[in-house]
Amino acid sequence: MIEIRIHGRGGQGNVAAAELLSIAAFKDGKFSQAFPSFGAERVGAPVQAFVRIDDKKIRTREDVRHPGYLIVQDENLLETVPILDGLKPDGLIVVNTEKKAEDLQLKTTAVVETIPATEIALEIIGRPIPNAIMIGAFCTITGLISLDAVQEAIMEKFPGRVGENNVAALERACEIMQKR
Amino acid sequence: MLKQIEGSHAVAQVVAMCRPNVISAYPITPQTHIVEDLALIVGQGGLHAEFVNVESEFAAASVVLGASAAGARAYSATTSQGLLLMSEVIYCIAGMRLPIVLTIANRAISAPLSIWNDQQDSMALRDAGWIQLHSEDNQEAADLHIQAFRIAEETSLPVMVCMDGFILTHAFEPVDIPDAKEIDAFLPAFTPANIVDPRSPKGIGLYADPRFYLETRYILHRAMERSETTIKKVSADFLKAFGRDSGGFIKTYKIEDADLVIVSMGSVVGTIKQLIDELEEEGKKVGLLQICSYRPFPRHEVYHALKDKLNIVVLEKSVSLGRGGILASDVRWSFPRAEKKGRNFSSFIAGLGGRNISMDDLRYMVEKVEREPVELEFLGLKKELISDKEV
Repeated sequence: MIEIRIHGRGGQGNVAAAELLSIAAFKDGKFSQAFPSFGAERVGAPVQAFVRIDDKKIRTREDVRHPGYLIVQDENLLETVPILDGLKPDGLIVVNTEKKAEDLQLKTTAVVETIPATEIALEIIGRPIPNAIMIGAFCTITGLISLDAVQEAIMEKFPGRVGENNVAALERACEIMQKR
Repeated sequence: MLKQIEGSHAVAQVVAMCRPNVISAYPITPQTHIVEDLALIVGQGGLHAEFVNVESEFAAASVVLGASAAGARAYSATTSQGLLLMSEVIYCIAGMRLPIVLTIANRAISAPLSIWNDQQDSMALRDAGWIQLHSEDNQEAADLHIQAFRIAEETSLPVMVCMDGFILTHAFEPVDIPDAKEIDAFLPAFTPANIVDPRSPKGIGLYADPRFYLETRYILHRAMERSETTIKKVSADFLKAFGRDSGGFIKTYKIEDADLVIVSMGSVVGTIKQLIDELEEEGKKVGLLQICSYRPFPRHEVYHALKDKLNIVVLEKSVSLGRGGILASDVRWSFPRAEKKGRNFSSFIAGLGGRNISMDDLRYMVEKVEREPVELEFLGLKKELISDKEV
C-alpha cells in the first residue's frame, strides 16, 4: 500500500491536493482513500492530509504515520512540525521551496526534492496556492499516478479558467522535474 | 455508479434520491457538507423539496417534527453540540412515532471544545426511542440512508444513521451510488400512518397523565424491540436489490475459531479487520463482532455469536463518566448471569476527541487482554498530561 502525507497550512489546498490525488488514482483503476487531519479550522494553521493507494479495498482508518511519501507545501513547517516523523528511510519528500534540496539539510536518508511552487503559482495562477504544482512534481518523480488522470481530476473539480490555470501550473512542474 | 467521492457528498446524493419532502438544518458549525450539498441540489431543481434553513438545531428538529407530523418525508443532519441542542425535540419525535431520518456525523462533545470524531454525541441520545445504525465505511453510510427511510416508515420509529465525523464524512473513497430508479424501486413513496390536518383536527404527543404515560413508554420500548424484524428484513431486501450486505443487526469477521473477539462499531472496525489479518499471518486467532444496530441492541445475536468465546474485549469511542464503557455494559448484559462466570470481559475507551486509533494501539490492546482481563482502560492515555492526584 502506498501512503502519502501532505503537510501545509490552511488555505494552501492541502485537502484538495489529497482529494485530487485520490480521484486520479481511482481514475487509474486503483483503490484509494484520502482524508484530512484538521488542526484549528482557520487559514494559516498547520494542516495534514493523508492519501492511501492500493490494488485492493482499503480498510484501515488510522492516520498515515509511516508514509513512503511526504509533500510539504510550506517549508517553514519543517522547523515547527515534526514532519519527518515516520517517513520511511527509502522514502521521498517533496518540499515547496526556492532552495536546493541539499540546502534544506534535512535529517533523513529519504530522497529530498524541491520545487519553487509558490513562485510558479503566483506566476501562472495568480494566487499563492501551490497544490497543483506539488502534485505535478510528485507524480512526475514517482510515476505512481498518471498525469492525465490528475489533469482530468483538476478540470472536474475546477471547471473553466481556474482549472486550466492549475493544469498549466501542473505542466510547468512536470517540465521542471523532467529536466532534472 | 462507482465514484471516488467524499462521504458527505455521497450521503447527500443518496438522500436526495430518497426524495424527502422537507429538509431542515442549521447550516454552520457543527455541520457537514451533507446539508450544504442538499441545499444546492434543491436550489438547482434536482430535488423537489422544501429546504428550511433555520437559526438552530433545536429549530431544525422542530421543523422536521412538524413536517413529518403533517405527512412529509422529513430529513435532517447534525452532530455534536447540534445534536445535544436538538435533544428535547429528539425525544418528542420518538414519542410521537414520527419516521424522521437524521444523519449523525459523530463528533465529540464540549467542554473542552473539540470538533473531532468520537461517538459521545449519538451515545448521549441512545435511550430516546430512535433506531441507531452505525456505518463501517462510506458505502455503508450511503446504503444505510436508503434503508433508514424504509425502516422508519415501516416501523413508525425515527432512525439515526451514524457515521464517524471527519474519518468518514471527510474521506474520499470509492462509493457505488445507485440510480434514482433503483432507489425508487426499493423505497416506496411515504404513506404516513397518522397525519395532523386542520380539516380533521387532532393532536399528537399532547398529554398523558400518570394513568397513561407508563404505557406509552412500554409501547415505544416494545416497538423498538420489534423493529429488529424490520431492520433485518430491509437489510436482506437491500442485499437482494443492490448486491451489498449493508446494515442489519451485527456482522462478524473471522470469529469462528477466534480465541479473542473484539467488539466495536463504526469506522474503526476497518482498522480492526486489517489488524486481524496481520495477526492471523502471525498465527493469532482474533475475531471481530461489529455492532450495526446499536439501538435496538442486538442482545441475542451478540450472545449467540459470543457464547463459545471466553475472551471478549469491547472497544468504544464513548464513555459514561462515572461508570465506564457503555457498549461494554451492553455486551456484558447480553449474557445470562450464569454464563458470565469464567469469561474475561475487557473494556477499552479509545479515540475520544479525534485521538488517532493506530494499529499499534490496537495491537497493544490485544496483547494486553491476551494476558489478563482489563476492567477499564483509556487506550493511549498520556500519563504525563495528568497530575499524580488524578491518576
